[in-house]
Amino acid sequence: MAEVILLSRIQFAVTVIYHFLFVPLTLGLVVLVALMETRYARTGNELYRRMADYWGKLFTINFALGIVTGITMEFQFGTNWSEYSKFMGDIFGSPLAIEALLAFFLESTFIGVWLFGKERFPKLRALSMWMVAIGTNISALWIITANGFMQNPVGYTIQDGRIKLESFLQVVTNSYTWYMFFHTVLASYIVGAFFVLGVSAYHLLRKQHVEFYKKSFQFGLVMALVATLAVPLVGHFQGIHTAKVQPAKAAAFEAVWESGPNQPFTVFSIPDPANERNLLDWGKIPGVGSLMYTNSFSGYVTGLKDIPADQRPNVPAVFWSFRLMVGLGFLFLGLAWYGLYLWRKGRLLDSRRYLKLLLYSIPLPYVAINLGWVVTEMGRQPWIVYGLMKTSQAVSPIALGDILFSLTGLVVFYTSLIVADVYLLHKYAVRGPVDPPAEGSVKRGGKTPARAAQA
Amino acid sequence: MSHETLAVIWFGLWAVLWMMYFTLDGYTLGVGILYPFVSRSEREEKQLQETVGPFWNGNEVWLITAGGATFAAFPLVYAMMFSYLYVPLFLILFGLFYRAIGLEFMHKDRGRFWRASWKWAFFGGSLLVVLLVGVAFANMFYGLAFDAHGNQTNVLTLLNTYGILGGLTFLSLTLVSAGSWVAHKVSGPLEGRMLSVANVAWFVAIGLYGLFMVATANRTQVLDNFNRLPFLYVVPALAVVALVAAKFYLGKGRALAGFFANSLVIFLTGATGFIGMFPNMLISATDPAASVTLYEAAASPRTLTIMLVVAVVLVPAVITYQLWAYRKFATKIKPEEAKGYH
Repeated sequence: MAEVILLSRIQFAVTVIYHFLFVPLTLGLVVLVALMETRYARTGNELYRRMADYWGKLFTINFALGIVTGITMEFQFGTNWSEYSKFMGDIFGSPLAIEALLAFFLESTFIGVWLFGKERFPKLRALSMWMVAIGTNISALWIITANGFMQNPVGYTIQDGRIKLESFLQVVTNSYTWYMFFHTVLASYIVGAFFVLGVSAYHLLRKQHVEFYKKSFQFGLVMALVATLAVPLVGHFQGIHTAKVQPAKAAAFEAVWESGPNQPFTVFSIPDPANERNLLDWGKIPGVGSLMYTNSFSGYVTGLKDIPADQRPNVPAVFWSFRLMVGLGFLFLGLAWYGLYLWRKGRLLDSRRYLKLLLYSIPLPYVAINLGWVVTEMGRQPWIVYGLMKTSQAVSPIALGDILFSLTGLVVFYTSLIVADVYLLHKYAVRGPVDPPAEGSVKRGGKTPARAAQA
Repeated sequence: MSHETLAVIWFGLWAVLWMMYFTLDGYTLGVGILYPFVSRSEREEKQLQETVGPFWNGNEVWLITAGGATFAAFPLVYAMMFSYLYVPLFLILFGLFYRAIGLEFMHKDRGRFWRASWKWAFFGGSLLVVLLVGVAFANMFYGLAFDAHGNQTNVLTLLNTYGILGGLTFLSLTLVSAGSWVAHKVSGPLEGRMLSVANVAWFVAIGLYGLFMVATANRTQVLDNFNRLPFLYVVPALAVVALVAAKFYLGKGRALAGFFANSLVIFLTGATGFIGMFPNMLISATDPAASVTLYEAAASPRTLTIMLVVAVVLVPAVITYQLWAYRKFATKIKPEEAKGYH
């Protein structure tokens, strides 16, 4: 049984991380493409249409994988966590069903309208892309509503050993959910923005399609400026909230062992959970620790020693993931605002080092956002539903062979899909904008590059 | 409304969601199965892609909704059904991966290996899903192998004669659906060819359907409810009438009418099975006392009420804009205009 629990957890981590390689780009990029479509509808400027076509194509390649990996998420609560599903069903299933009815139908129908109608019904382009954008963002809200309950259960009673819904209003207004929603969605906008910035930088470095990529860069930059500022802000208040409702997770963020007021912030630490201390605490800044947890230099912070050892998460995993995520967050903030500075000075195109940095930064927001999920999910352990059910009690009574089969299949098949996806994204990103000949028109000599025909 | 009434209403909605999935994804999956065999040129491949391109994704969402509704309204059934059918469900998932990605990625590169791999992935994924959905639900109607001590259902117990017959019957019906749908959607040489495919597939379908009905009458408890309330026989009778009507229309070359008639067959056959299982939702073939009824599995009255309101508001909205999308893409796809996934 111990193996089944371990493998089920590994499988959940694998499926959620694979899924979250696609979702953030979907969430961020769709808003940018919808904005481009709106600009095209307003101005009639062909540049915006070409931008929407180009980034929209990269969006659809990525979107397909997001959909495919998402179904696994919904199925595996039943397949692998059936005890959890029995316990939580009265509350947890509803957001998933609402997500499908409210969001999935919307995005899947209108992505079809956009994709197959963009030449036939040009007037529907902006509308359909906005419907997809609304669908994907609503979908994030409902799945996070479900997850928010696991983090901070509200609006329930327990009857016959199972959760029973007491107040739907409390479930959907769960404060934890809303912090998480804005944090996740804004962080996804960083992923989308840095994707556009990085790909644009690639072409700007080669001085090709300069007008096209400068305009694209501008779209990405605006989103990056807003999102990189907003995420740390939301994150800060989420941290304070976490300290209130999940003190064990919060204490693990900074590896705080001793409870007390006036906590310092330590620039460099190495947690040592076996001895309930940090191996090294270097560079203490007085009061800043308390400030981070409570918004006050003298605030009281609960330390890990005041939490029973069997109710603490894996401290080093949470600590290092949190550090790296926050560090990356500030890196994005610096990169985005330095970009604005270069832009205002008119030096963007000459700053090859900065453009290269942006190009190589494309994967970093993906890393940061997945580390965020590691913090959230591993930080909640050993609980699957905080304070109510332990992860070890939640697993399905399935055979070891079954889970070995599914885990192997998922890893092998997902990997094959990702290889194909990255290949296509790279191919189409590098190829640059291609103008398909307009409906019914004959190709004008020399205007369309020969490789356009290969589309 | 009393808890029991709510639970019964939700049983009906639950069944309808699954039936919508069988019917709608049935034709898109069927196109995937026929895809490598019926197209004679890249133009025709693109025509085929466009017959399902704007719709398959929305059709698949009916499965996600059915799964979500099972979880929300009948958590116990969701937990048991999904863990008892563990391996087949993962195989269905793997099939869905390759159906989707095969279709969307196939024409995004010119490499011969690339194209062949994704084409066969599209085919294989679609086939696997159709067969396993048929097998799984035939077994749901027949009964799974579990008792008070736990689950003994596995792939081998599911692959019994009745299960396999269910899978093949569903396969043949999806081919009739796919053939008539594509014949309706395209013009050019492909149109006539697909009409022939639908006509031929119909003969296979009626043969298998007859066998499946006989097996259902003899091997399962499905008809008990019908014998208790004979007027219910109108449902399977209409299914048979629709099956005959499908051939009548297809023979006359009226592809759309044939498609609707055949869709009705799939829908009503599903309905027959769900009526037969009522009020059970999980039937145990090994220990009838262990079967789970809808009353035992239902969520709390509050959850059921909220979800009922949600469904009553949203399902008609979804159907409305999906119909709007179908109307937007109602013109026949000409070979020279087809772009497919591009």
